[in-house]
Amino acid sequence: MGHGVKRKEDPRFIQGKGNYVDDVKLPGMLFLDFVRSPYAHARIKSINADKAKALPGVVAVLTGKDLVPLGLDWIPTLSSDKMMVLPTEKVVFQMQEVVGIVAEDRYTAADAVSLVEVEYEPLPAVTNPMKALEPGAPIVRPDKGTNHVFHWEVGDKAATEKLFSGADVVVKQELYYPRIHVSYMETAGCVADFDQVRGHLTLWMTTQAPHAVRTVAALVTKIPENNIRIISPDIGGGFGGKVYVYPGYIVAAVASIVTGHPVKWINDRSDDQPSTAFGRDWHMTAELAAKKDGTMLGVRIKTVSDHGAFFGDANPSKFPAGLFSICTGSYDLKGGFAEVDGAYTNKPLGGITYRCSFRVTEAVYAIERMVDVLAYKIGMDPTDLRMKNFIPSNKFPYKSIFGWTYDSGNYTAALKKAMDKIGYWDLRKEQAEKRKKGELMGIGVSSFTEIVGAGPSAQFDILGIKMFDSAEIRIHPTGKAIARFGTKSQGQGHETTYAQIIAEELGLPIEDITVEEGDTDTAPYGLGTYASRSTPTAGAAAAMASRKIRDKARKLAAHLLEAREEDLVWERGKFYVKGSPERAKTIQDIAFAAYTNHPPGVEAGLEAVDYYDPPNMTFPFGSYICVVDIDRGTGQPKVRRFVAVDDCGNIINPLIVEGQIHGALAMGFGTSFLEEIKYDEDGNVFGANFMDYLIPTAVETPKWETEKTTTPSPHHPFGAKGVGESATVGSPAAFVNAVVDALSQGGIPHIDMPLSPWKIWNALKEKGLAMEA
Amino acid sequence: MKGGDDAKVLAGGQSLIPLLKLRLASPTRLVDINGIPGLEYIRESGGYLRMGALTRMADLEASDLIMKRYPIIHDASVEIADPTVRNLGTVGGNISHGDPANDLPAIMLALEAEFVAEGGSGSRTMKAEGFFVDTFTTALNHNEILTEIRVPMASPRSGGSYLKLEKRIGDFAIAGSAVQLSLNSRGECERLGVGLTAVGPTAIKAKKAEEALKGKKLTDEGAIRRVGELAAEAASPTTDLRGPADYKKEMVKVLTIRSLKRAYQRAQRGGM
Ligand SMILES: Cc1cc2nc3c(=O)[nH]c(=O)nc-3n(C[C@H](O)[C@H](O)[C@H](O)COP(=O)(O)OP(=O)(O)OC[C@H]3O[C@@H](n4cnc5c(N)ncnc54)[C@H](O)[C@@H]3O)c2cc1C
Repeated sequence: MGHGVKRKEDPRFIQGKGNYVDDVKLPGMLFLDFVRSPYAHARIKSINADKAKALPGVVAVLTGKDLVPLGLDWIPTLSSDKMMVLPTEKVVFQMQEVVGIVAEDRYTAADAVSLVEVEYEPLPAVTNPMKALEPGAPIVRPDKGTNHVFHWEVGDKAATEKLFSGADVVVKQELYYPRIHVSYMETAGCVADFDQVRGHLTLWMTTQAPHAVRTVAALVTKIPENNIRIISPDIGGGFGGKVYVYPGYIVAAVASIVTGHPVKWINDRSDDQPSTAFGRDWHMTAELAAKKDGTMLGVRIKTVSDHGAFFGDANPSKFPAGLFSICTGSYDLKGGFAEVDGAYTNKPLGGITYRCSFRVTEAVYAIERMVDVLAYKIGMDPTDLRMKNFIPSNKFPYKSIFGWTYDSGNYTAALKKAMDKIGYWDLRKEQAEKRKKGELMGIGVSSFTEIVGAGPSAQFDILGIKMFDSAEIRIHPTGKAIARFGTKSQGQGHETTYAQIIAEELGLPIEDITVEEGDTDTAPYGLGTYASRSTPTAGAAAAMASRKIRDKARKLAAHLLEAREEDLVWERGKFYVKGSPERAKTIQDIAFAAYTNHPPGVEAGLEAVDYYDPPNMTFPFGSYICVVDIDRGTGQPKVRRFVAVDDCGNIINPLIVEGQIHGALAMGFGTSFLEEIKYDEDGNVFGANFMDYLIPTAVETPKWETEKTTTPSPHHPFGAKGVGESATVGSPAAFVNAVVDALSQGGIPHIDMPLSPWKIWNALKEKGLAMEA
Repeated sequence: MKGGDDAKVLAGGQSLIPLLKLRLASPTRLVDINGIPGLEYIRESGGYLRMGALTRMADLEASDLIMKRYPIIHDASVEIADPTVRNLGTVGGNISHGDPANDLPAIMLALEAEFVAEGGSGSRTMKAEGFFVDTFTTALNHNEILTEIRVPMASPRSGGSYLKLEKRIGDFAIAGSAVQLSLNSRGECERLGVGLTAVGPTAIKAKKAEEALKGKKLTDEGAIRRVGELAAEAASPTTDLRGPADYKKEMVKVLTIRSLKRAYQRAQRGGM
């Protein structure tokens, strides 16, 4: 552990030998494509697919009406709402799937799509969630009768009111966290293969949570759960977007049942981007109360969240607003109140988990942005203000006002390290000099606290299924091992990380351990990979299962060494009798004995399963500092430097952790400067392909300077915390704070993401700061 | 060309293939011209810089001649799309596509380039001005292909510059300004070419801006500013995901002024 072992999975990815869903090719396989709605909201008057059916090569056409007898025109979502698979009466967002076409090849299917005539009667659409909640707004979901999805709140409203009215300073700012797409490399897709003889469905699909999908599929389709096999092969990125069950999966399965052939569906990029789950679209009014000296007292945030036409957040059942209650951040506050109202709009579903984290991203952005707003208001340096208000390291475990018990932290150390690394005070001097010359330079800080590893079963379940995760390890007679997990890597490097954990616990060489995930017929049950939960849950299960194996190995070693169990000493990879280390039995000797020479009263074999129910969440944290220069002629921002100090507890593989941080920082950079899926009032979607929705490439992505501090989690078996999302969560506030800091001399309080050059330029122009050349 | 109106020439495919993929175009025939020999070259002869239509944009980037004597083209060559697109995309295709967001058309307007086309009825030469008829429409007939792009040879006291504002490196321009300047022996502006990218239905030749500096010194800040303002007036951008129209118009001014200043510096150094 702690070694930057090269990733075991990389040779196959680098050589193009991965096996993704689109690589699955079965004899007689057919292809599914969709007619999609040009309208955001319209009644379907008629569907005429005669011409499509007449096209040679077209095998079947499926509409919502065909799904009604199967009870599959609507399916339950992960948030106890329901979702249309194919519409029977009306469409509710632009690019919604309307008719499925199954043909002998992909091109014929696409040709046939353009031959289907659908007659629509357009209805007024609503795309702004605030407007959706106003009386008289068009109702997206007549079955609900209202666009209001839920109200959620945390904290003591009245006490917070009092706290605020007695405070010296209150700052208030509207903050919009834009709607973004995960933009994984591989779009959503599946191959459905229904065996009519056995009544058995195999579904290769791009899913982050294969077991949950199997259970839901069994409940919805009434196919017995033992007759459903979900295989999630190599996945080209998930980021939450592949937790959801999309209509394509269902229609492909139905098409396979109807035609008796395997059916493949792979979304085109320009179909995927506007129709699959989005993240964010979160509209906040945030307030912070403080004393004159900068002592922060409380936080108050009112939010409207946009959920599209179906409430399909992949959130733990008890948390409709996710873990937004982490919005007190890294600070020791007296009180606070947060509330969220969800709205239905004429957009595709999404929200939580889509593009990482259970709303932690939004929470961190809010508090870290507001700390800066307060710093400017009271004329205090943003790092001084943070240092003053951090939860002191001697207060951990720390109970937050909204009820979380932060496991461990040392916030001052992380911020100090980041400041030293970047030369913070020198930069402030440089900034002051530049200002005199009329040049704009900004420094932005974000000291985030994450909450990951969902989660303890008392609080965390999805559709009632507790959010444990699992590992099953089998040691073969020759001392090699196979380990299987309930999670599913989409690029996180589980094959390496898990192997390292087992190697550490059992003293096996990493290369002797095969890690498998994603096949529900072989892997133990688990809730999957998202929200940085794999290491805190399944990683812990790997350690616990290894320890069970070690317990049994001790019995076998005692037999082999003719000693008492309690006289044996375990030293990485072997047992020996206390006092005589030369008389040792290696784990390989023991494994062989488990199959060839097991003592009476002990079962043969050497294997264990563990279902790990974490006692608490883990709370990774870090401090990021960004330096940005702004062109006063064009408004174009350029990130000059970015220092990221992360603390995710004990690290299993620093190389993988570094990779996760780099990737997530790039995502945060994209969110901050480039990305947004926009809608006009009629519900037309903009930013639906990579020509219009720009994600960062290696060229403009800043050089990341990473550092770490190590504050182990006290409750995790080997002191680790999650890390996958830390930088997505933590970095946007640093970028925005840097840009706003550069503009602060002009009294510009805030600019919403994405920080496009024209938004910055408009702000400059308004304050007379824009230059003509 | 066989296949009539419905056939399409395929060069680097970097604009055409995306259109086919998105099913925005579905010609019944593609005529691959990559096999035509002798259309990939960059050389000076007969008073012109000559570029074969099949010259890859990556070759522009790698050319010493372009870098030293035609920096305006070099500026663009490193900013058009990304290296993969430039390896395949051709100079001829970039111009023939008639996309106002492509970078080379504005540069050709600033440089007063000429285009040689070959067709069933022989060969003809067209001026860049007037070539870009409308979005995706050029003066080329459907039975013609562009074979050579020629640019009047750079004079010793000339310099050019192309500046492109982009949302993301490798993206199409928010706006771009191509400026080619020739000075007389007194250091006054003898000729100015100004071409604009992505701010109208076609690449735009900003003629009033070109005229405004004639006979003036480039130390005249007011005159330089006036060029920028006139260039902005020539622009008719629309609001889209690459920015609001008024911003783009302002950026034409900023970019033109900056481009002009850089062109002047280069002219003083003898073109570089
Ligand atoms: C991701 C991406 C980003 C891009 N970004 C930029 C950018 O920033 N700036 C920029 O300028 N361009 C950009 N492009 C466009 C790119 O430069 C194209 O390659 C170029 O515009 C077309 O050249 P081509 O040789 O690929 O032409 P093709 O795609 O083969 O053809 C384009 C059109 O021109 C016609 N044509 C081609 N050659 C001839 C000829 N010799 N005679 C007559 N007609 C011809 C074709 O029939 C077709 O209609 C980008 C492209 C991509 C894919």
